[in-house]
Amino acid sequence: MEISYRDLMTVLHGMGFGALFMLAFSGAIGVIYAAAAIGPRQPRPRWETAMFRFYLVSMAALAWLTTLSGACIIYPWYRAVPPPGATNLSGYPRALLLSNPLTAGWHDLGMEWKEHIAWFTPIAMTMVAYVFIKYGPQLALHRGMRSAVLTFTAIAFLATAVAGGFGAMLNKVAPVRGGAEFVLYRGP
Amino acid sequence: MSDPPPLPNGPGGAAILAAGIGSLALGLFAFSGDALPVLGHTLTVWPPTGPLSGVVLATIVVWLAAWLMLARRWSGRDVNLVPINLAAVTMLIAGLLLTFPPFMDLLQGR
Repeated sequence: MEISYRDLMTVLHGMGFGALFMLAFSGAIGVIYAAAAIGPRQPRPRWETAMFRFYLVSMAALAWLTTLSGACIIYPWYRAVPPPGATNLSGYPRALLLSNPLTAGWHDLGMEWKEHIAWFTPIAMTMVAYVFIKYGPQLALHRGMRSAVLTFTAIAFLATAVAGGFGAMLNKVAPVRGGAEFVLYRGP
Repeated sequence: MSDPPPLPNGPGGAAILAAGIGSLALGLFAFSGDALPVLGHTLTVWPPTGPLSGVVLATIVVWLAAWLMLARRWSGRDVNLVPINLAAVTMLIAGLLLTFPPFMDLLQGR
């Protein structure tokens, strides 16, 4: 059982940072709503507020790690240009997709959308984390602000779902592979 | 027990509006880079990622500059959040639409 370096990095990008981030979304909605619903009048343990802050800051950090690893590490491998006359395009996912009209849409729609829409998420989640750190339970006193924060969080979820969904499908149709091989397990 | 006095909403409003501005900037840069090959070439700051590098870099600069400017202006103040939220969400949706390839093609008459 072996895995290539590029496969490993793709897994880290998608299943490590990205999937972890997606899993954290329902918690983020709950954290924001719970803190704002209870409000500042009810005394809350300091550790609880600190934990909520850490949760949202971690989500923002995961969003940046996911998009940066995708754009700076995976994407250059995806869009590598094959040498003239190359017939085996397996190491050039973008060229492989565009070489067939039946798969070109995965690039023209999937990757073209994914590469941009993903960036809404770190911007939105940085704002959400900042507002929560600044206001915390006081969000209950700023209902408009709470609504905006929840709206941006929901749209960040949508953006991540689109980017993650297309990322998974693109990697099935034209996998990003290559580099050193790592043996994870040797059978009997 | 009475509620503690609420913090001024200016800094929060600044962060929300700046996120909206950053989102719209992302859509505008992505669309412009796609529609205008000259701009697409200019946005290629780092060749391995093509125009995406410039689109992201320019977006982050616009977003952070807007945030800094608004935060300074609204520091310690209360602002009317209704138009701010409306503008921010409108810009966010416009930005999302501008990154959607079929919508980009429609605007370019393709």
